[in-house]
Amino acid sequence: MCLAVPGRIERVDEEEGLRTARVAFGGVRKRVCLETLPDAGPGDWVLVHAGFALQRLDEDAALELRGWLAEPESGA
Amino acid sequence: MRFVDEYRDPDLARRLADAVLARASRRWTVMEVCGGQTHAILASGLDALVRERVELLHGPGCPVCVTPLETLDRAQALVERPDVTLCSFGDMLRVPGSHGDLFGARARGGDVRVVYSPLDAARLAAREPARRVVFLAVGFETTAPAVAAAARWARKQGLANFQLLVSHVRVPPALEAIASAPDRRVDAFLAAGHVCTVMGTQEYEPIAARHRMPIVATGFEPADILQGLLQAVDQLERGAAEVEIQYRRAVRPEGNPAARALLEEVFEVADRPWRGIGTLPGGGLRLRGSYAAFDAERVFPEVTGAGAAESPDCRADAVLRGILRPPECPEFGRACTPDHPLGAPMVSAEGACAAYFAYRAPEPEEDPP
Repeated sequence: MCLAVPGRIERVDEEEGLRTARVAFGGVRKRVCLETLPDAGPGDWVLVHAGFALQRLDEDAALELRGWLAEPESGA
Repeated sequence: MRFVDEYRDPDLARRLADAVLARASRRWTVMEVCGGQTHAILASGLDALVRERVELLHGPGCPVCVTPLETLDRAQALVERPDVTLCSFGDMLRVPGSHGDLFGARARGGDVRVVYSPLDAARLAAREPARRVVFLAVGFETTAPAVAAAARWARKQGLANFQLLVSHVRVPPALEAIASAPDRRVDAFLAAGHVCTVMGTQEYEPIAARHRMPIVATGFEPADILQGLLQAVDQLERGAAEVEIQYRRAVRPEGNPAARALLEEVFEVADRPWRGIGTLPGGGLRLRGSYAAFDAERVFPEVTGAGAAESPDCRADAVLRGILRPPECPEFGRACTPDHPLGAPMVSAEGACAAYFAYRAPEPEEDPP
């Protein structure tokens, strides 16, 4: 139930008194509410759950695991 | 998909699993908390990769599984009112209450609708002012901010026909209960990544310190889970008991401050019954007094749940606390199957019993050679 999916913000809007964004998930675009992440903007990768952006994804941290592919002996 | 596929690389998973085996000098027992992690572990066979050195126990992190019968019965009773439209996430509709599930209520003519977001339910109430729209709000701290945002929006819009039947639960009290049980088998926890995305990790510090247990906030893909295990095993080997973050791309120590502020504005911590576990002090959330007009329990006080007794043959209590693995239950795959479940962990796609049923043949033995 706590499934959350990464997507990229394309555009930020104001609708019905809510801050929302158009987010692309691969080829699928959905309207996502930004009330939980008000400072997110176009180009940001965000994690979306139940129609809400939960967090901005940290691209540097995302690269860390790749070290394991290059260097199997690198530490935990 | 970016931020997902790279964590499903089989070579990376094998290397991480080998690192876990190499680091462990004895066999440790680690519990992954979230049902999404349980699902990933069984679907990818991660437990088999590390079985010689790590026994994985599956935690209570399935909101569908721990929603009390009484709440499901109350939802059923609300659907019987001709003016009520009941909305919830799809997972909730198959869970049996005392008198069948919500799909059955819909088949009998009840107005039950599946929504993707709690905001969709609030918008429905705005569009259909003649209906009383009730959202069955289940889920952990991951989901509660979305519900809080929907409640705040409904209040701003002055919607009188939108109410919440709240059954939100909090993870830390459940970990505290498992950690302090006299028959505890767990040496370390992999904490639920997306709960920590919202809440951060501070709430886990006292649990790690008090019970001398490593707690690693961990993601959901195979490489995430194996790296979380490696961090937990490394701590156990060093005699450490710290809160660590494996899922760094999505979890900051302070969590998401805007989401936490929303939770704080709309909800307060309350004691909550967990199905299969019992009432946990501070185990959930309820609406604050300032949101009483949106609380289905206060707006429809006459609608109560029968809360009939659970099947005496169901061992969900032991499964949810990590005392019993699903295949060890005498009814597993016999009297209890996804088509004829005795308890909620066999119903929900994220329930531990359903995950074993879907991915595993019966196991003859579990001990390492």
